[in-house]
Amino acid sequence: MTFIALFFYLFASLAIASAIMVIFARNPVHSVLYLILTFVNAAGLFVLIGAEFLAMILIVVYVGAVAVLFLFVVMMLDIDIAKMREGMLAYLPIGGVIGAILLAEMVLVFSSWTLAPDAIKTVMSPIPTADGVTNTEAIGLLLYTKYIYFFQAAGMVLLVAMVGAIVLTLRHKPNVKRQVVADQVARTPATSIEIKDVKPGQGL
Amino acid sequence: MTIGLGHYLTVAAILFTIGIFGIFLNRKNVIIILMSVELMLLAVNINLVAFSAYLQDLTGQIFALLVLTVAAGEAAIGLAILVTYFRNRGTIEVEDINMMKG
Repeated sequence: MTFIALFFYLFASLAIASAIMVIFARNPVHSVLYLILTFVNAAGLFVLIGAEFLAMILIVVYVGAVAVLFLFVVMMLDIDIAKMREGMLAYLPIGGVIGAILLAEMVLVFSSWTLAPDAIKTVMSPIPTADGVTNTEAIGLLLYTKYIYFFQAAGMVLLVAMVGAIVLTLRHKPNVKRQVVADQVARTPATSIEIKDVKPGQGL
Repeated sequence: MTIGLGHYLTVAAILFTIGIFGIFLNRKNVIIILMSVELMLLAVNINLVAFSAYLQDLTGQIFALLVLTVAAGEAAIGLAILVTYFRNRGTIEVEDINMMKG
């Protein structure tokens, strides 16, 4: 039991520390790297609590896709870091006050919160307790049956996001020559060959 | 010492607060703001998974999966808008984004 507690505190403290570094790092590239560290530690927390599938998805989707996308954009845009940093201290007090109030509220809610005695009866899809049913299998059994429409809706969200990102960033340069197969096929000797009658000794 | 639901909720609350704090602190850098939003979504996911494990209800993990999907889409669209904006204006400062005077 202490082993689990040890790992919980390790993952939690590392996640919080790297999350703080995300917002305080001077270089945006470092921020992205700390964001990756935060997500890896959160995945560790998910493994501890028994959500292995989500932990792996978190690493694949966030570290593999989103964080790399962030890295691309950060490195692609030529940003003046020093200019971005100025005026940061001006927002420190108001941000600190609002953050402290929010944290205090949430801690107060969580500390005085108890589960209603009959809430356990309202469980919609209980985790299978039989041996051999892994977390991934249980999620699959549920996601493809009961929540199939949500699954399809998530796919639609990703499709719309993909189309939107392409529409936003694709640009057609006017001076680029492109291959037009139809034009090439439609060529005939009459349109592509011109006979010049060159007189001897005169040249063109 | 046993790790209960409260521990996970506390971690999630701290992460959420850091996300909000980051938005306030980095008012100029849109990329850091997007990263702060990702942090807040991660905190929400930790909450969902913690309750899911505590109540022995898989619905929370399914919902966390959907939140993950939306977060990925949001990051893609947000960064695409950012790239387009940088192409047009040559800067990504939030204070310069005022042409529409909304």
